[in-house]
Amino acid sequence: MIGRRGCIGLGTIAALLALWFVLTTVTGAVSGGRFPSPADFWVSLQQIFTRGYAGERLASHALHSVKLVAMGFIVAVATGVPLGLWMGWSRRAEAAVNPVFLIVRPIPPLAWIPLAILWLGLGDAAKIMVIWFAAFVPSVINAFTGVRNIDRPLLEAALMLGTPRWRMVREVIVPAALPMIFTGLRLSLQASWTTLVAAELVGALVGVGFVLNMAQQDIYPGMILVGMVTVGILGWATTLLLASVESRALAWNTAARD
Amino acid sequence: MERLPLRLREHVAWGLSGLALFLGLWTFLTVSGVVPRQFLPTPLDVAGRFHELLTTQSAGATLPYHLLSSFKRYAYGVCLAAIVGIPLGLLMGWFRWLDDAVSPVFDGLRFIAPIAWVPFAALWFGTGIGGPIMIIFAGAFPPCLINAYRGARFVEPRLIEAAQMLGTGHRRIILEILLPAATPSIVAGLRVSAGLGWQSLVGAELIVAAAGVGFMMVQAQGIVSTTTVMSGMIAIGLIGMLIDVLLRQGEAWLRRRRGLEA
Repeated sequence: MIGRRGCIGLGTIAALLALWFVLTTVTGAVSGGRFPSPADFWVSLQQIFTRGYAGERLASHALHSVKLVAMGFIVAVATGVPLGLWMGWSRRAEAAVNPVFLIVRPIPPLAWIPLAILWLGLGDAAKIMVIWFAAFVPSVINAFTGVRNIDRPLLEAALMLGTPRWRMVREVIVPAALPMIFTGLRLSLQASWTTLVAAELVGALVGVGFVLNMAQQDIYPGMILVGMVTVGILGWATTLLLASVESRALAWNTAARD
Repeated sequence: MERLPLRLREHVAWGLSGLALFLGLWTFLTVSGVVPRQFLPTPLDVAGRFHELLTTQSAGATLPYHLLSSFKRYAYGVCLAAIVGIPLGLLMGWFRWLDDAVSPVFDGLRFIAPIAWVPFAALWFGTGIGGPIMIIFAGAFPPCLINAYRGARFVEPRLIEAAQMLGTGHRRIILEILLPAATPSIVAGLRVSAGLGWQSLVGAELIVAAAGVGFMMVQAQGIVSTTTVMSGMIAIGLIGMLIDVLLRQGEAWLRRRRGLEA
């Protein structure tokens, strides 16, 4: 059963697809040079799947982009979350890091792209650097907030019982801050995709953003749409993956289930 | 194990030492020659270049002029997002069928990064002012819509029931009950929109534009003028911060006026 809501939703999507077909193919109100018809889209899709476009097939472009996002994201999380936890725990660390953070934070991640290219060229390293910057900030902020929001009695009880430092971190602080940390990770992931696509549009030799870039230069609307759909699907799939990791990691926490 | 707030003097001392460490490390890397000065100029070099750009031209205009043309696009894009997003969000919050119809499409489109609209934006509206505006719109639109929608959906049901009992029409319910009740949420959404729009603007200008700060930075990158790129970053950061501070003030003022906690 999909219910009333689902019916109307599916109906709208079907209506939009029909409208797309009618406007581009039947009446020709929208010319193929502005937006591709379903047939154009299909041809482009076949081309990139079988013969490839912009040097590679779709699978290699997509795989390359996913790999870069994964690497940048992991580096950002591996550095950002511990820093956030530390800043949450130690007032001194917070006081020392905050001013630097305040200077760097207002600069949008996308503004780092020219500098990254200047430093590291058009290859993978520049993209990983930019994704790192983009995904770093939400990781830090949410881990920090997560620690600061822990119930004080919880910490005091653990301390009173003489919990050693390492167990304190592993068994009290991290689990208690985990829901907030995951909120940060979701934001980080989103930022990673936006930044990667932008970086690949500015300069790359492979990747979904590069497909978009080439299609734009070739004025090839069918391929532009293929690129956009790919970006959407990849973003959706990675978000889903993160959500499943989250529900597994937070299985003990009923608050995360609702 | 320091759970207590630091004293002010200690706080400032730690803050200054953090800052000094950051700037010191940066300067050290350059001066010692670990990183060539052309790629990592000293903080002073950047400050000097920033000052210079206020009056000298780079990529066809001075920095203030670039900022002005960026800001114009930005204002158009964000205003457009607010003009379309807020009413649509309110209507979706009131009419269930509209919500059911628009939500699946909107949720699907949201997974496409705003910046991926660049090729179509360039194709449809050109690279002058229209294309960048569309990308800013794509970035700033979702929070406007979502917050207006949530604000309208979570209005105190008794208010709506009372209005309906008195025979109030759809139009007046939306304008006189949902809109005022959703205003705090809408303003919070606008602030998020403003930030995302600024971010999209930078992206748009890096890829498609013939003027603006982003364009200046790409040109500077081409001629390996790191100081100019960094000056652009500083300018973007400063304006972004200014926009955020102003909107925060506006939001706090509004909340105080409404008798809500700031």
